[in-house]
Amino acid sequence: MIEAIRDAHVVAMERDERVVVFGEDVGYFGGVFRCTQGLQERFGDHRCFDSPISEAGIVGAAVGMAAYGLRPCVEIQFADYMYPAYDQIVSEAARLRHRSAGDFTAPLVIRMPSGGGIFGGQTHSQSPEALFTHVAGLKTVVVSNPLDAKGLLIAAIEDDDPVIFLEPKRVYNGPFDGHHDKPIVPWSQHPLGEVPDGYYSIEIGTARVHREGGDLTVLAYGTHVHVAETAAAEQGIDAEIIDLRSLVPLDVDAIVASVEKTGRCLIVHEATQTSGFGAELSATVHERCLFHLEAPTVRVCGWDTPYPHAHEWSYFPGPERVGRAMRELMSS
Amino acid sequence: MTTDSDRDDTPLRLRIPQPARGELPPDRVRYISAAGEMRKPALDEKVERIALMRKQLVRVLDDEGRAVGEWTPEMSIEEKRLGLRNMLLVRSFDARMLRAHRQGKISFYMQSLGEEAIACGQQRALRPGDMHFPTYRQQGLLISAGYPLVSMMNQVLSNELDPLRGRQLPVLYSARSHGFFSISGNLATQYIQAVGWAMASALRGGTEIASAWIGEGATAESDFHAALVFASTYQAPVILNIVNNHWAISTPEDFARGASATFADRGYGFSIPALRVDGNDYLAVYAASQWAAERARSNLGPTLIEWITLRVGAHSTSDDPSVYRPRHEAEQFPLGDPIQRLRRHLEVVDDWDEARHEALQREVDEQVEAAFAEAESHGSVKTGDIGSALTMFDDVYAELPRHLREQRDMLGGQQ
Repeated sequence: MIEAIRDAHVVAMERDERVVVFGEDVGYFGGVFRCTQGLQERFGDHRCFDSPISEAGIVGAAVGMAAYGLRPCVEIQFADYMYPAYDQIVSEAARLRHRSAGDFTAPLVIRMPSGGGIFGGQTHSQSPEALFTHVAGLKTVVVSNPLDAKGLLIAAIEDDDPVIFLEPKRVYNGPFDGHHDKPIVPWSQHPLGEVPDGYYSIEIGTARVHREGGDLTVLAYGTHVHVAETAAAEQGIDAEIIDLRSLVPLDVDAIVASVEKTGRCLIVHEATQTSGFGAELSATVHERCLFHLEAPTVRVCGWDTPYPHAHEWSYFPGPERVGRAMRELMSS
Repeated sequence: MTTDSDRDDTPLRLRIPQPARGELPPDRVRYISAAGEMRKPALDEKVERIALMRKQLVRVLDDEGRAVGEWTPEMSIEEKRLGLRNMLLVRSFDARMLRAHRQGKISFYMQSLGEEAIACGQQRALRPGDMHFPTYRQQGLLISAGYPLVSMMNQVLSNELDPLRGRQLPVLYSARSHGFFSISGNLATQYIQAVGWAMASALRGGTEIASAWIGEGATAESDFHAALVFASTYQAPVILNIVNNHWAISTPEDFARGASATFADRGYGFSIPALRVDGNDYLAVYAASQWAAERARSNLGPTLIEWITLRVGAHSTSDDPSVYRPRHEAEQFPLGDPIQRLRRHLEVVDDWDEARHEALQREVDEQVEAAFAEAESHGSVKTGDIGSALTMFDDVYAELPRHLREQRDMLGGQQ
């Protein structure tokens, strides 16, 4: 997926010279996850450069650049580091178009590696998507595979509004199924790892049916698309797995169509449960599909604790927890 | 000789800066130089040498109204008269808006009484295409740029012709066409944005520069420091203005300044040349702004300017300064009033006199009255002439997404 993200940068920067890329270690070094490797060499240090360690500075400067007319695509090294930039994201980037009645806009992309499972402890493991979906004016994308990552990142850079682009780092190198004790299967052996050359984009706000099925619907995004797939296979349950891809805007039609078909809905995410995006999904399903439901929706999420270092596999909602919830949902 | 155990017994203490308690601090304005006393450095002067000026004050107009010293700008009589007119217009505009507030016609207002020279003077020293990132007290930028008074008033009234469609608190203007970035209301965020805008201009090989504005109190915010790091690291073509009007609502300047001598000191640690300038001296404002702008345009990087002035009025119409600020503060302020000082200068170098001044005053007052009559004819938030509420759903995104379309329809159905 790292190559796909890098490729998306190259395509976007070649098509539009207003696209600039910067962040901590993204220039010469190419990013701690190598997602911007080679960009500075290829496009020069006025298109891709390193920044001081200041997330508020990175996003604040990007807002100013976007107001000038550039298309900044910046990296926050870990999603956990974005809090110093939160005021710039929430009060500035998200609201600039509205508060100025379109006089100024902030078309920028803020990429952030997110999620746990890499022994990152509480400051390298968080999934803060709900802190963005709650904010009017932002679009929030979470990718689960290379094919989508390239098309969605190109779309995000072309978008006229600020886009939060979350990259679960556990799927950077392959479709992580939640079994941390097994070797990861590389993307080269997965159909979603086949990324076309050149330009293509995927419309932000469209979900993808990851797996068709009739027993129950799983609403997931990022890493947990793959975890849910594994759990369903292990349980012998014919799950329909919806990869939401974009949380705001949300593809309500895809959700409704699937839940009306299956009558059961499991919601899975890695972020803490309380006020997590799963709550929004659960409410949406109940508001729109109540009379099609055979059972109440069920959420499987990260516990409402900080992400623990030593106990991360007890925290991470793995195939066992997800599978158990699927069984219970089928029997209720 | 002290021992470790002695030291352990010493209770630790903090220095809590003293509130003003209505009394004038003994060093209300520190380090006042005489007009004309300070040298004007070369644009590429070493920052260490410029740093020697951080406890001095650039001044051009002396007590007799003469322009003296190396900082005296080349400025035509017409340009000086225009400066006087712009400042009078700002003051008249503010006075009319305060009256409108007392009359219950507007919900909120913030005047710039006593600080008019800084925004008015700098606006004239920069070029069309440059971008200011202002706070809520730089209305002088808009007025100097010739932005229509009626449009400003429509915004303050939040009426049906408000360019910002009733979305912003009064005075939080936006006018890209006039080099004026949208005012946030959250403090200091614009400072690093200005640096980013200036970086963008340089990244694209442009010729436009940015000007960042902040009050001395808000320099305590972390965005201020992020801005100085970025400006210093990338040598961005930006002017970093700190308007030191001595009051952050109720707290005196030392809450933000700490134990530093001046706010100009902030520049030195970042190797950013920094000046302290008499902000009530229109000619000094123009000259220092021009110097900083020339440095930026010559790829010599950022300049920080601490403008010394006084917030003569309240923080806003919601503030009651009588409980914290000294009486007669403005009369005792050693840098005087910016309008009176430029007027005095014009009396010395021009055939300006009381009759002409009063005629000009009448002219700007009439201009403001006419504009307000027109703006008021379009109603206000108080009269309910505010356009359709459904417009609140516009501009959240470039295109209306499904969830907002549904919510707009719900609101529409209720009306």
